[in-house]
Amino acid sequence: MTKRLRVDPVACAGHGACAELLPELITLDEWGYPIVADQPVPRGLRHEARHAVRNCPALALALTRVA
Amino acid sequence: MITDSLTLPWPAQEASAPASLPRLLPAAGTVPVDLRAHLARYGALRYAGGKGRIVAEVAAAGLTGRGGAAFPVARKLTAAAEARPAPLVAGNGAEGEPASSKDRSLLWISPHLVLDGLQLAAEAAGTGTAVLYVRRNQRLHGRLAQAIAERAAAGIDAVRVDVVSAPDRFLAGEESALVSRLTGKPALPAYRSVRGLPRLGPGRPALVQNVETLAHLALIARYGAAWFRIAGTEAEPGSMLATLYLPDGRTSVTEVPLGTGLADLLGLDPAAAGPGVDSVPSAGGPVRAVLVGGYHGAWLSAAEAARLPLANAALRPLGTAVGAGVVAALPADRCGLAETARVARYLALESAGQCGPCFNGLPRIAAALDHLAGPHPDQRARADLERWAGLVTGRGACHHPDGSVRFIRSALRVFAAEAGLHERGRCTGTDPRPFLPVPAGRPARDADWS
Amino acid sequence: MTGITHTTALWYASRATGVVTLLLLTAVLLLGVLVNRQGRLPGLPSFAVTGLHRNVSLLAVAFLAIHVITAIVDPYVTIGLAAAVLPFVSAYKPFWLGLGAISLDLIAALILTSLARARISRRAWRGIHWVAYAAWPLAVVHSLGSSTDARSGPVLAVLAGCVLAIAVALSWRLSRAAREIPRAARAAATLSRMPARKADL
Repeated sequence: MTKRLRVDPVACAGHGACAELLPELITLDEWGYPIVADQPVPRGLRHEARHAVRNCPALALALTRVA
Repeated sequence: MITDSLTLPWPAQEASAPASLPRLLPAAGTVPVDLRAHLARYGALRYAGGKGRIVAEVAAAGLTGRGGAAFPVARKLTAAAEARPAPLVAGNGAEGEPASSKDRSLLWISPHLVLDGLQLAAEAAGTGTAVLYVRRNQRLHGRLAQAIAERAAAGIDAVRVDVVSAPDRFLAGEESALVSRLTGKPALPAYRSVRGLPRLGPGRPALVQNVETLAHLALIARYGAAWFRIAGTEAEPGSMLATLYLPDGRTSVTEVPLGTGLADLLGLDPAAAGPGVDSVPSAGGPVRAVLVGGYHGAWLSAAEAARLPLANAALRPLGTAVGAGVVAALPADRCGLAETARVARYLALESAGQCGPCFNGLPRIAAALDHLAGPHPDQRARADLERWAGLVTGRGACHHPDGSVRFIRSALRVFAAEAGLHERGRCTGTDPRPFLPVPAGRPARDADWS
Repeated sequence: MTGITHTTALWYASRATGVVTLLLLTAVLLLGVLVNRQGRLPGLPSFAVTGLHRNVSLLAVAFLAIHVITAIVDPYVTIGLAAAVLPFVSAYKPFWLGLGAISLDLIAALILTSLARARISRRAWRGIHWVAYAAWPLAVVHSLGSSTDARSGPVLAVLAGCVLAIAVALSWRLSRAAREIPRAARAAATLSRMPARKADL
């Protein structure tokens, strides 16, 4: 079961906590908004990914199951 | 299960089936068709009875949405029929695209076709609630209220129809914006993490169809799938309403079969084009380029357009699509980059302002394009534009950034030679008057979205 | 003041942890304002602000628990368990303790909804998070009325410092919010900042 990170662009306000907590998969564009790598979250980073999701002040980051 | 529809013949009313186009609009004129004239021309709509009955016929007809996305209608109706609870049905007549006037023309002239279709969609979905979502316009709302009252007096509608006004914004007709507006909130696009029917809220799905789609539905219900397929192509059957802009300034809404050659549509005469000239003569004057699909569509050079039909199968490989049927022939004396820059500015200002990449990227892209539309643009403008275009694509809640970038990139491709001339301080455009319709810039306030 | 006996130790513990809880609640509110305005603490990454906001709030809850339990267990005054969560049922100073109970209830709602964030709607979570602005002044007034500590000396100084800090933070938040560009005008604002081209063809 693969998992992907998804950003709700309406909720996202560009806090940038996600990119700090998961730099392997999330970088910030020149305006401070997250660019999420277009790949499933590797097992080794699942814990960090969940941590990043929980730390988003805008609740904009989600870890979703992909078929 | 729709078993009975497979065994019984469709109750066709062949005697009154229009043999040729136009189907949705009267043969001539813009006089609104009242209920009596509507019934005299098309006959009464005998509801086939039962949820899902019409879906098989629509599937056989191959009707796709006429709002721009061309989604198969039968699939949407099936999803609506299966949805629990029964969805709200909405006819989308917001027509936020400034270059398109087909929906308001259809609503003004043939509202009864749209209202018939709305009843059919409600029946297919098994719901008792229908809404018609129309741009805020007193005359049009008055006309629709009149049409609904006529039908109520004649007792022909099973489901009550409410008319909801859409704000005057480009994105007001976007599906999730419509749904948001129906819940009483501003018409702002929403982030949708799951596909399927949009929802007004938890447990409240909605079936949204463009008003032209509903009009076709009303005719398929009367005359059947085989009749519908007489026009159009095998893969893209039926007719559609197109908003045409000819180079001499004439504009019209015309019903055409899908697959009609753009050359026929615009009166282009490619054979008469001389060698080494990048415009094609037409009945209305020489044409430099053709915009297909509206402001989220794409430009084609006149020579390309002259060889292509108005059909997605041929247009998609070139990065464009039929969309909502806008076809605009740019006169050869206009600068394509200047036109595109004007529209790009409008598109940027029409951002809902919700998603960072969109409200940061589109204005920057528009500004860079404006530089490219002028003399001796900055060296970095083109590279900046490309970088920003890459940054906004796919990163908004709706397709506004993607569609706008598609439109702008197509301009850079088709008007590449022009861009080269601008770098040297020259331009082939001799007429500075604007050609494409762009509403006058007015500063947007949050209340404008309600 | 006589020596501390075992009967008054609990009472002192309750008062002391009360002061600490108030300090921590003040810190949580200040950090919350910082998170909302996307402010940064010097030298720290942005996730540190959200992390501190969460962790300090949990610390505040811990001290709040000790504050409440010691007050209930202490035989010096009669405060039943119910009085901790139901306002105005305490035998001892029902009004002032009642305010504390309301504040505790609001804090409990905040903590519980934040722990269940992923499961509730964003609107519900935000709505309840706004009540944070009520929990703090209730705690302050509760402190002023529940014991004479805050009427003078170092505790009063601490309280005054907290009130001042919150006043500054809130006025900063309000002024920033007032100057924020409305959503519909964001694109226009960006566009107006872009340099215009210098000439026409």
